[in-house]
Amino acid sequence: MKAWLENNRHSLGLAVKRMADAPIASLFSILVIGIALSLPAGSYVALDNAGRLAGKLSPKPEISLFLKADLSQDQGRRLTQRIASLTDVAKARFVSRDEGLKHLQDAGLSNLTAGLDENPLPDVIIVTAKDSDAKAMERLAEQLNTLPGIDHLLMDSDWVRRLAALLDFGRDLVWLLAGLLGLALAAITGNTIRLQIYAAREEIEVSRLIGATNRFIRRPFLYFGVLQGLLGGLLGWLLTSGGIYVLEGSLARLALAWNGRIDLHGLGPAEGAILLGLSALLGLIGAFLAVSHSLRRML
Amino acid sequence: MIEFSDVVKRYPGGHEALSGVNLTITRGEMVFLTGHSGAGKSTLLKLIAAIERPTSGIITVSGQNLSRIRRSALPYFRRNIGLIFQDHKLLYDRSVYDNVLLPLHIQGMTGHDAGKRVRAALDKVGLLNKERARPITLSGGEQQRLCIARAIVSRPPLLLADEPTANLDEDYARDLMDMFKAFNQVGVTVILASHNQDMIRRYGGRTIALANGRVAP
Repeated sequence: MKAWLENNRHSLGLAVKRMADAPIASLFSILVIGIALSLPAGSYVALDNAGRLAGKLSPKPEISLFLKADLSQDQGRRLTQRIASLTDVAKARFVSRDEGLKHLQDAGLSNLTAGLDENPLPDVIIVTAKDSDAKAMERLAEQLNTLPGIDHLLMDSDWVRRLAALLDFGRDLVWLLAGLLGLALAAITGNTIRLQIYAAREEIEVSRLIGATNRFIRRPFLYFGVLQGLLGGLLGWLLTSGGIYVLEGSLARLALAWNGRIDLHGLGPAEGAILLGLSALLGLIGAFLAVSHSLRRML
Repeated sequence: MIEFSDVVKRYPGGHEALSGVNLTITRGEMVFLTGHSGAGKSTLLKLIAAIERPTSGIITVSGQNLSRIRRSALPYFRRNIGLIFQDHKLLYDRSVYDNVLLPLHIQGMTGHDAGKRVRAALDKVGLLNKERARPITLSGGEQQRLCIARAIVSRPPLLLADEPTANLDEDYARDLMDMFKAFNQVGVTVILASHNQDMIRRYGGRTIALANGRVAP
C-alpha cells in the first residue's frame, strides 16, 4: 500500500515534470482545451440564464375561463372551488364582472366603458396549472372545457410552447457541442501524450527490459492526461466567468432599456465541479487510448 | 536452470539466427558464449530474457516455459534477470543514483531500504562517489559499470551480459571480469557473450561456442 502510494506520488511528479519541461507546448494544449470547453460551458450558461429569464416573465402560465352570462356569482364561486380542487390545478381565482370592470378603470380605460349603461364583461375564473409544460396545459384545458357554465377558454400556451421548444433546441445544441468538443479534447490529449511517449520511448524500452509492467509505464501518462484536462477545465471555467463579467454590463444596460433587470448566473460550484470532472475524465480517456495504442505497437 | 531444446529462431525476412540449439545451463554456473559476430550470441541471450520468442523449440528458464509465458507475466519474469547491454541503455536525463534505483522502483521498493541497496550496488562497482553525476559525464568503462550496478541492485539469480568488455581498455575489462567472477562466487548464474578469446582463456569456466546458429561440438 505504501509502495503503491509512493508510486503514484512519483508518477504525478513525473507528469508535472514532463509538463514543466515543455512549458510552451503544455500551455498551448491547455489553452486549446480551455477554449474548447468554454464553448459548451458558455452556451450552457446562456441557456440557463435564458431559462431563468423565461421563468421570470411568466411565473406560471394561466388559463382564463369566461363564464356564461346566465351564471350567478354564487354559482361562479362554487365552480371556482370545484376547479381549485382538481389535481392538475395549482390555483383558481374568481374575478367577478364588477372586479373586472374596476381593473379596467384602474388601468385608465374607463372611457372605453363610459358610454355603456350595463357592464359588458363576463365573470372570469383564472386558473394556474400545476404543470406548466405545453402538453399538460393542453390536457387541462380540454378537461376544463367540458365543465358546464363555461362560455369559452383562453390559454396563453402558444408562446409557452414556442419558448419551451426553443429552449429544448438550445439544450440539444449544447449537448451536441459538448459531445463534439469532448471528442476533440480526448483527441488533443491523445496527441500530446503520443508525443510524450515518443520523447520517452528509450525510458519505456529500458523500463520494460528490467521488468516494468504496462501499468507502471502507463501511470505517469495517465496523470499527465488528467492534469492537462483539469488545467484545461479550470481555464474553461475562468473563460466562461470572464465572458459573463464582460457581458454583464452591456446586458444590464440592455435590460434597463426594457425596464427590466437581469442577474446573470455563472457556473455554480457544482456545475464547475462537473466541468472539471468531465475534462479530467476525457483527458484520462485520451491518455489511456494513446498509451495503450503505443505500448501495443512498441512490442 | 536454463534449457534449450531444438530452438530455432528465424527473423522476418528469412534470416535464421539459431537453427536447432540444444543446451543446458545449471544453477550457479559461469558460462561464456563465444562465436563470431552473427553467430547468434545476442539472439540466444535475448531468447533467455524473453525479449524475443523462439520460432520453434522449447526454452525453459527457472521452470518456466518461455514459449507459453503470458505477456502479463513477462515483467515479473524479467525481474529475476539482470541484463547488461553492450550499449548500456542508461537513462541520460537522470542521475547515476536514479538509474540504479529504477529496477527497485519498478518492483515497488522505495524509501530507506531502496537507498541502502542502491548505494551498496554503486559501492560494488566503485561508483559511490558519482551517485549525483549524470551518466553522460562518465567514461565508457564507468557507464558499463553503472549498467552492471543497475543489473545487480535487485539481486537477481541470473545475470546476462552481451559483450560487456567490448570497447573497453584491458584494465577496465579485467576489473569487470573480476566483478562477474565475484557475483558468480556468491551463487549468481552468469552468462557472458564475448568474442575475446584471451579473456575467456584467462578466466576459465564453461564455454559454449556458437557457429552458424548451432552449438559447435
